[in-house]
Amino acid sequence: MPTLASLSPALPEIVLAVGAMVLLMIGVFRDDDADNGEFIGGLAIVLLVFAGALIVMQPASSASLFNDAFVVDGFARFMKLLVIIGSIGALLLSFSYLRQVGSLRFEYSVLVVLATVGMLMMVSANDLISLYIGLELQSLALYVLAAFRRDSVRSSEAGLKYFVLGALSSGMLLYGASLTYGFTGSTSFPVIASVATTTDGVLNIGLVFGLVFLLVGLAFKIAAVPFHMWSPDVYEGAPTPVTAFFASAPKMAAMAILVRVLGTAFPQAAEQWQQIIIFVAIASMLLGSFAAIGQTNIKRIMAYSSIAHIGFALVGLAANSQEGTRGVLVYLAIYLVMTLGTFACILAMRRKDEMIEDIDELSGLAQTNLPMAFVMAMLMFSLAGIPPLAGFFAKFYVFAAAVKAGLWPLAIIGVLASVVGAFYYLRIVKLIFIDDAREKFLDVERYTGIVMVLSAIFIIGFILVPGPLIEAAEAAAKSLRF
Amino acid sequence: MSFFNSPYLLSVVTFAPLFFGLISMPLLPRDEVGDRNVKAVALWITLSTFAVSLIIWFNFDPSTAGFQFVEEYEWLGTIKYKMGVDGISMLFVILTTFLMPICILASWDSIKTRVKEYMMAFLVLETLLIGVFCALDMVLFYLFFEAVLIPMFLIIGVWGGPRRVYASFKFFLYTLLGSVLMLLAMMAMWWEAGTTDIVQLMNYNFPAEMQWWLWLAFFASFAVKMPMWPVHTWLPDAHVEAPTAGSVILAGILLKMGGYGFLRFSLPMFPLASQELAWLIFAMSVIAIVYTSLVALAQEDIKKLIAYSSVAHMGFVTMGIFSFTSQGLDGAIFQMLSHGLVSAALFLCVGVIYDRTHTREIKAYGGIVERMPMFAFVFMVFTMANVGLPGTSGFVGEFLTLMGAFRANTWVAFIATFGVILSAAYALYLYRRVVFGALEKQKLMSLKDMNAREIAVLAPLVILVIFFGFYPAPLLDVFAVSVQKLVANYEAAISQAASLAAK
Repeated sequence: MPTLASLSPALPEIVLAVGAMVLLMIGVFRDDDADNGEFIGGLAIVLLVFAGALIVMQPASSASLFNDAFVVDGFARFMKLLVIIGSIGALLLSFSYLRQVGSLRFEYSVLVVLATVGMLMMVSANDLISLYIGLELQSLALYVLAAFRRDSVRSSEAGLKYFVLGALSSGMLLYGASLTYGFTGSTSFPVIASVATTTDGVLNIGLVFGLVFLLVGLAFKIAAVPFHMWSPDVYEGAPTPVTAFFASAPKMAAMAILVRVLGTAFPQAAEQWQQIIIFVAIASMLLGSFAAIGQTNIKRIMAYSSIAHIGFALVGLAANSQEGTRGVLVYLAIYLVMTLGTFACILAMRRKDEMIEDIDELSGLAQTNLPMAFVMAMLMFSLAGIPPLAGFFAKFYVFAAAVKAGLWPLAIIGVLASVVGAFYYLRIVKLIFIDDAREKFLDVERYTGIVMVLSAIFIIGFILVPGPLIEAAEAAAKSLRF
Repeated sequence: MSFFNSPYLLSVVTFAPLFFGLISMPLLPRDEVGDRNVKAVALWITLSTFAVSLIIWFNFDPSTAGFQFVEEYEWLGTIKYKMGVDGISMLFVILTTFLMPICILASWDSIKTRVKEYMMAFLVLETLLIGVFCALDMVLFYLFFEAVLIPMFLIIGVWGGPRRVYASFKFFLYTLLGSVLMLLAMMAMWWEAGTTDIVQLMNYNFPAEMQWWLWLAFFASFAVKMPMWPVHTWLPDAHVEAPTAGSVILAGILLKMGGYGFLRFSLPMFPLASQELAWLIFAMSVIAIVYTSLVALAQEDIKKLIAYSSVAHMGFVTMGIFSFTSQGLDGAIFQMLSHGLVSAALFLCVGVIYDRTHTREIKAYGGIVERMPMFAFVFMVFTMANVGLPGTSGFVGEFLTLMGAFRANTWVAFIATFGVILSAAYALYLYRRVVFGALEKQKLMSLKDMNAREIAVLAPLVILVIFFGFYPAPLLDVFAVSVQKLVANYEAAISQAASLAAK
């Protein structure tokens, strides 16, 4: 019987879970209108900030709970902070949009908090079962969020698509988990790792199957090629703030668990999974870069962009080294900020209560709203990985790890894909700065503006003080097996 | 410790334009008076930066090959913020700070829209360009080197000519493509040598096999930047579409980044690969010299003609660098500096008549000497310098590079000399068609000669081009020692490798 004090490593999750239920209660007993939605949303943000503070204050040492099913180490704390930042950012971006479309209900914030709890569980999972519980808690909340605009056909369609494909991927993941369990006799990552030692360099074929299915399930969640098909449609159909949420926090959590599963449960199978990750990384980078060229809807462009970025992040994972993990962490942190900033810009594309998603409407933004145009252009250059912006450092560390590991083909294809990708980011910059002005957008709302400015400060100012993030990522990477 | 040998001098010069631009520009209103103030502020910032940068020259000790004014701070673990100049890089800093006020002045009347953004872009660009030449850390160098693309993309794209979008995309993607491979090579060097410090890397002996690949990766970047045939095609497009000041920066400084890169990285860090692959550079250089000179002969657009002549002149530079002789290297650096003045001046001359007639077609001109005698004189000086007439700075560089090439490979020098003849052909042919002939076109009848601002822009260039033509020593002395050291190190590396092979 664990004492209450021994649960302290899981305190942030407990606080969020209990808090979500309290918010639900408060919300039910108030009028069901937009003000209530905003009030509960504000409380949700306070709750998330509090949980984030708890994570920061946790001791630096590793701790595990529930028979080693739940670990809190430097890696987990780093990724949890990213998840929480992503959730807070997405919530900040949501209020004005949802109020505008008449969907600002208090359940929205509660769902975001619950999804966040699931993601934190995933990040800390050290066991296939806790992994699955976290994943499902997250996914169920996300399915509802995707369909949150009940009156919109596109939103419902996106929710359904996400649900069907998400369920499929969960099934694959479960299949892989059961195979793994069957061939190792345990669901705990460290035990799997110790049992799965290879004999004469040959891994048990059943275990390889299990590994592959686990990877397929997780690749679905991070929308890596060839399991990316759902993402452009869902990105386009879901309400824009929800898309912002999808593109940020869940990606962080899924990448975290991918790194952890491969790093702690399958270190012996590194040769096997490296092949898969290299293929997936190359395919994602290439498809993400080429397929976005033909798109005109900015949300679809961001979907392909995020596929490409996941590919770049996987380059670091493919290196299978401490530098690689550091690269992944730096990449995810920087990508998170860039995504939130970009979606803030997308949400600021409004005219007369109508959201604009066609990139042609950005034409001449520099003449109608220079600050926003500047921020957006910098975000685009940063996404393209042009120095001195933060996006360059993200790519720098993952490719440096790949080069160190001697993965030359991967590194070369990767940088060439980033040049192709630069084309469509430049196209947006061209629209903003070079083309003729069109009708002005409405003024940027307060919270959207705050997210925009903060992300701009981060990506431009990163070069001045890059040390803290890089060192934090390095410490986090060290706490993992590598 | 006085300001004059302040340890922060290079950082001050590098970041002053950006810093003062950032604190002054946003305050100025966006109307006619504001625009005028923006220009004045930008001019003052660049002029004072130039004045401060002269301190570097005066305090520079040309008797040593080491790096001077070195600053080093913690930044990113093994990657440091390290700045410093030696004889090779110092004059490029001065060239940059010298050309910037000229660019601002040249844009005085021709830029009418979004003046504030334009000036800001130039100030940012100045910071980045100076940074390229001062950086003594590989990653820092790459940051500056690549970041230049952002303001340049906007300058060409926003304030350029009719096909500006195409030109700016081509410029951006072409150069990015070359640079990313260099980035991978830098990472490999980082893991191999454990440092990104350029000074330490120069003393590090990379394995011969690895040098080969690293050299090729750096070559991919610098060859595009230079630009060398056959990856030069972005240059004519970018030049034609860029606003006058943009062309000046492109031709005057951006192209030198490639040559500087060869001198800073390829030659000292990969001597064995440089020796092995020199034939490739020689071949591409002579093709560039002869072929692009012929292409220039057939151009109908003045800017395009000068752009192709730039490619040809850069061929002399690469040829000189890879002759591995001190004459060749001296000549290459001198040629880059001289070309920085001459091509910049030629683009400014084109700007002068373009502002009046709004066409760059050679056919649209003829006989303008009758209306613009002063312009005809100035244009003639620079045409002659472009040809490489003795007595102009163009001659010194070409002569020295040819001499270096002659010692390295007679045939290369022989073929390259045709380039000198051809350059006389296209330059004089251009001059005849634009300036001489009968003044028949109605549009040209009412042309006014250069005004005070234009004279102020071009006069210093005329003086310098002729001065350095007669007396090149002030420049040559600065980099002589550094070049000798570079050649000596190169020869030591080669002979060491040869003795190892003999054993």
